[in-house]
Amino acid sequence: MSDSLSSTHAPTRRRFPYSIRIEPRLKEPPRWYPFAISIGAIVLALMAGGVIIFLAGGDPLRSYVHIAKASFGSLGVFSDTIVKATPLILVGLACAIAFRMRLWNIGAEGQFFLGAFGASAVVLTPLLPPDTSPWIFIPAMMLAGILAGALWGFIPGYLKARFNVNEIISTLMMNYIAVAWNNFFIYAVWSEGGFQMSHVFPKSAWLPRLADYAKEIPIFRGLTTHLGLLMGLGAAVVVWFVLYRSRWGYEIRLIGDNPNAARYAGLNITRNVVLVMMFSGALAGLAGMSEITGVVHRLQGSISPGYGFTGIIIAWLAKLNPFAVVLVSVFFGALILAGREIQPSGIPKMIQGIILVCLIASDFLLRYRIRIVRQAEEA
Amino acid sequence: MNFVIILQAGVASGTALLFATLGELLAERSGVLNLGVEGMMLIGAVSAYSIALATGDPWIGVLVAMLVAGIFSQIHAFIAITLQADQVVSGLALTFLGAGVSVVLGEGLSKAGAVSLLPSFSIPLLSQIPILGPIFFMDQSVMVYLGYLLMPLTWYYLNRTRPGMHLRAVGEQPAAADSLGINVYALRYFYVFIGGILAGLAGATISLAISPGWFSELTTAGQGWIAIGLVIFAQWDPIRAAVGSYAFGALRRLVLDIQGPTMLLGLRNPFYYNPYLGFFLQMLPYAFTIIVLVIGSREAVRKRLGAPAALGLPFIRGERGL
Repeated sequence: MSDSLSSTHAPTRRRFPYSIRIEPRLKEPPRWYPFAISIGAIVLALMAGGVIIFLAGGDPLRSYVHIAKASFGSLGVFSDTIVKATPLILVGLACAIAFRMRLWNIGAEGQFFLGAFGASAVVLTPLLPPDTSPWIFIPAMMLAGILAGALWGFIPGYLKARFNVNEIISTLMMNYIAVAWNNFFIYAVWSEGGFQMSHVFPKSAWLPRLADYAKEIPIFRGLTTHLGLLMGLGAAVVVWFVLYRSRWGYEIRLIGDNPNAARYAGLNITRNVVLVMMFSGALAGLAGMSEITGVVHRLQGSISPGYGFTGIIIAWLAKLNPFAVVLVSVFFGALILAGREIQPSGIPKMIQGIILVCLIASDFLLRYRIRIVRQAEEA
Repeated sequence: MNFVIILQAGVASGTALLFATLGELLAERSGVLNLGVEGMMLIGAVSAYSIALATGDPWIGVLVAMLVAGIFSQIHAFIAITLQADQVVSGLALTFLGAGVSVVLGEGLSKAGAVSLLPSFSIPLLSQIPILGPIFFMDQSVMVYLGYLLMPLTWYYLNRTRPGMHLRAVGEQPAAADSLGINVYALRYFYVFIGGILAGLAGATISLAISPGWFSELTTAGQGWIAIGLVIFAQWDPIRAAVGSYAFGALRRLVLDIQGPTMLLGLRNPFYYNPYLGFFLQMLPYAFTIIVLVIGSREAVRKRLGAPAALGLPFIRGERGL
């Protein structure tokens, strides 16, 4: 209306010949397209993070170069990156399988803590004597970590299935409870000499590291990568198999895509809610076990820089694909590893937040396309 | 251990929860689920504290906190309303972002020194009422009194005014509201903004009045999430939200105070003689949130009440939907 008016009054003024139109996508975009969008989102996020670092008085380019060097610069630091990526792979998978059923397990952090507690209980209670063979010790600790994590997933899963309790809130509350639970044992029960940590685990309860084999293979000297990595990779295969090659996985995907259709098809949604929450908790619990036996070697308070929450971002960035989770975890492992030295200390967390914001916003481009049209064409 | 003092402090501590809960309630009644409350509260708390420190005037801190958190909430509004993305993930992203940004902004702030706080005062006459007077009207922060005003106002606005009716319509039947000429998008943006403002106010209330200071993410310690839980417990009703908020405030306070006395109900107080049991007390507010959710969900089924019908669903104009 106003356009036509202005053109009659000022016929010489020309309108800008292009305009932007947003249209829903009718066809599936090509396969590379979602990847390109995700990478674009990350680049945008890093740029936005750079602006904030700049405003805070830092040098964004040097910060990023520093992150890259401190995490991929040599075999030694790359091994450290992998160590950070190991728990991330497991919690990322934990989130991915739950999210696939549109079950919002935000409690991987708490399940991680409980997994660490379960594994520690085997050593510290002690359920097994300290001179037990590693061949018994490590499987027993894995089992304990998995069970403890699964229990922590069972509680919100059962509450969701039985009472329709919102799992976002309940899993998050379980996180705080898990931290307090661990603290009780760290301060009161297993405290060593009044310090807020347990005694160091016996060597037979440590996950083997690459460095342990430096005598046979010299290149492994000083490499910290531990057996937990194999657990993570194995878990990725298991999760992929369950999701895409098993009947249960089909049920999970069907319930996630269309719960009503699943209900009419006679699938037991309640049971699946509980089982998937337990599976998810078990994976996060295994992450806690791997971290406590592969890296920390004792139970203490600060065992996680928010792995469980980073797992949410990883699962989303990997589009819930188990193998993509592994790759994305390495990226975030680098961010967490190098981020420890960057001041102010909140920057890695902030960048993670910006990445998730950009990522969720970029999903729009998968459903809509933006066309630049010439005005004449439109008319 | 004096129960009047605990309840008095509980009302104060519940006030921050009340603001956050009412804000989330309004956003959800308009159909937008915003899980970013915790992040917005942190942003509010850090802005309020640092601005009050810089200007010496806590009121400027409060205003800036409300404005900053309100603007911050618009990130979620844009992603959820305009880009029609998944509101759960978008809200989580907002919380992560808010936590990260506030930790960056608050670097070194915890050692920054004393800041002038919001004033506290007693209401004459009303504070003379036995028991209730001291609990609600004696020596409370000005924010507590603001909470008393806000609660009935919100109820009245929501249930008895025309804009309140539009708000509910947009959350229940956006397509119908749209056909009557109500701008669904604009209203949803607006109420997400209000939710952000109130979350910022809640953050400022914590850092400038109730437990003054900036303690990084421990400043809010999950209260934003408890607020979201309380909205469900409250069945989206402001009065129930207020009752829940004050009850939780009292519980948080009780957990602190119960460790003080040597005797408890005529028995030796286990929490005094074994301070480590305090960790189990710390779990209580979070465990209670879960219990409250069980109660709220059961009641919703029985009374056939429930969430606003369009909660969490994007509205796409011209498409068939609700």
